[in-house]
Amino acid sequence: MPQKNLNILGNKMKKIITTLITLILTIGISKSVLAEGRDTIKIVGSSTVYPFATVVAERFGRTSSFKTPVIESTGSGGGLKLFCSGIGVQHPDITNASRRIKQSEIDNCASNGIDEIIEVKIGYDGIVMANSKKGETFKLTRQQVFLALAPMVPNPNGTQELVDNPYIFWSDIDKSLPNSKIEVLGPPPTSGTRDAFAELALEGGCKTFAWLKAIKSQDKNKYKAICRSVREDGVYIEAGENDNLIVQKLNANPKALGVFGYSFLDQNSDSIQGSMIDGVLPEFEKIAQGDYPVSRPLFFYVKNAHVSFIPGIKEYLREFSSKRAVGDNGYLTDKGLIPLQNEEYKSMFSAANNLEPMRGLN
Amino acid sequence: MNNINRADLNVTKLIERSLEKRNQKERYFRIYGISSLVIAVVFLLTFFASIISTGYQAFIKTDIELEVFLDSEVIYPNGTKTEEDLFFADYDSLIFTSLKEHLPELKNRKERRQARLILSSGASYKIQNKIIKDKSLVGQTVSFILPLDDEVDMYLKGYVDTESSENSRKITDFQIALVENLIEKDLIHRNFNTTLFVSGDSREPELAGILGALVGSFMMLTITFIISFPLAVSAAIYLEEFAKKNIWTDFLEVNINNLAAVPSIIYGLLGLAIFINFFGFPRSAPIVGGLVLSLMTFPVVIIASRAALKSVPPSIRDAALGLGASKIQTTLHHVVPLALPGMLTGSIVGMARALGESAPLIMIGMVAFVVDIPTSITEPSAALPVQVFLWSDAPERGFAEKTSAAIMALLVFLLLMNSLAIWLRNKFQIKW
Repeated sequence: MPQKNLNILGNKMKKIITTLITLILTIGISKSVLAEGRDTIKIVGSSTVYPFATVVAERFGRTSSFKTPVIESTGSGGGLKLFCSGIGVQHPDITNASRRIKQSEIDNCASNGIDEIIEVKIGYDGIVMANSKKGETFKLTRQQVFLALAPMVPNPNGTQELVDNPYIFWSDIDKSLPNSKIEVLGPPPTSGTRDAFAELALEGGCKTFAWLKAIKSQDKNKYKAICRSVREDGVYIEAGENDNLIVQKLNANPKALGVFGYSFLDQNSDSIQGSMIDGVLPEFEKIAQGDYPVSRPLFFYVKNAHVSFIPGIKEYLREFSSKRAVGDNGYLTDKGLIPLQNEEYKSMFSAANNLEPMRGLN
Repeated sequence: MNNINRADLNVTKLIERSLEKRNQKERYFRIYGISSLVIAVVFLLTFFASIISTGYQAFIKTDIELEVFLDSEVIYPNGTKTEEDLFFADYDSLIFTSLKEHLPELKNRKERRQARLILSSGASYKIQNKIIKDKSLVGQTVSFILPLDDEVDMYLKGYVDTESSENSRKITDFQIALVENLIEKDLIHRNFNTTLFVSGDSREPELAGILGALVGSFMMLTITFIISFPLAVSAAIYLEEFAKKNIWTDFLEVNINNLAAVPSIIYGLLGLAIFINFFGFPRSAPIVGGLVLSLMTFPVVIIASRAALKSVPPSIRDAALGLGASKIQTTLHHVVPLALPGMLTGSIVGMARALGESAPLIMIGMVAFVVDIPTSITEPSAALPVQVFLWSDAPERGFAEKTSAAIMALLVFLLLMNSLAIWLRNKFQIKW
């Protein structure tokens, strides 16, 4: 074995050790560099708002001199926890939420020095059940929707056990409902509308049975399987992602109900009618006010203290609040957001552009 | 005599029979071996076939070639000619003016809107970037190759069933007619999809690329190698050559073996607690990802390095010591160089495992929508396995083929690393 070669490799070891020491020093130095600043907006939060926020972020990044914000989908609760952990470049600037911030979260924020939070309500996520105007108006409750569409329902004889869904006619569930076959056209499981429908309508009805609700604390997965699943025996018909198609099929079959976003009901109000759910008709104001049970507002929250040292937050808010994003023909409306009505849009626009912090929950 | 002969015959028969049995056993064993290999190869081929068949079209994209008049009145509507104007200019209308010349008359707003939607929203970014680089282009007519919308791209790649009713697909009959019209005029071309390799993530499938993820993964692996290799090798040398064998080193050994088997997500949690929460490193940055992956790779490299050191024959040490070399000289001049190929191979295999990890990266915020290509290890970045995860989750159909393309890129990266390991082993391996 050539001795020379071995020595070279021996020298390499020395080099490696030197590199190691240099590296440890570099980490030490870079730590002080890190504290200096950040020029990218950091956004965390709801996976429901994620598809909207990413579109705005990308447009913002491409049509401005600022960097594209980085968006992490952590869920509303996780996002607010990160958001409220403090002020400084290591904490996110904005968090998305598919529900309103809670008082406990505001308190948590305040205890970490975050007093000024700008609340921006970007729109609604509302889901309607509708049928043709040729048929009669359905007056449903969420419990009835659950009983009609869940694969397993509480035994009709009142005992606390689950049986395969026996209901074939609406009138089987409640005498007040029409004597027609249960037939619901809706989006497939890949759809976000379907997720929200399952969560708000089906689970909403499921929770009205106290003993089913009790399962949640014992076995969350079992609870979800019971409360958020949809029948697969042909009663619920997956009609594709295209809401327009559902509307057409409803016209052809006046006895069927369809599940889709509110905007399609609005655009086809000449031929179809929304069903009353828990006594409320899906009307624009009712959804916007939160009276309609199968809808939820979408928000994002901004740390006012960060506006001064993270470049672009102001401009990002301007883009997100602009008519071309969240207006009636905005690109977010194309992606499925239910836009805000006039007054609410105005107050959102002014909160977002004048950086008005929220004053508690009212 | 006769008796003996009969006994011989019996023995021969016995041997022949047992030989037949033993041969039979060997044949069976060979058959089992070959069939298990065949099953493995079939699985591998199915895997490759499904990825390649869904993904090969991602390397092709459809573009439209348009002569666009860069009207200065549209670009500078206020007459101010500032940089700000270039960001807000209405490039869409410039493109549309040029597109209209090639189309039959559009009757109403709906038709115009459908015609606009043939082009990707990325078309205007492309023109914008070109003008920002060269402002003198304003006022000229420039030929551009612009991306088409992902739905049109899907149609041209044959994913859209034109027989189905118009409402069950996203591209309308009117749009199809317009596209066919443009094809007749030879304006639409199929090109190699360079976008896939030169851009970062996007919400539009036709604009999305893997460069950001590739750069992120490369940065993380470099950090992982720089940190874990020297540390792990030093630890292995000490444990193998210098440490006395006692209860403490046994304890350490058990722990190292245990750490190598700990699920990777736990390293993610550790990274979140130590690097992000305690040291204040930024979330979503390759530096944290690299540190977490080095923690994960560390025990694997120690184990591989110790095995490599163990395989160096004791005669080498004895000879060196016999000629008067000190312990450290023996180790650094003779044992380590001989073990180095094995150590390198072990660490590259460990890093190949780290490359494919996405679980620990979830905890440290690397599963994020990052458009810009990272330029330093502290900037937010994606990683290849994370990009696969994010795209597979996207609703747009165009992302299905992009997902497969990203998987292919990941496999090529892995193949390169493993080839490097084999090459290093063959180059430096010393046989005795």
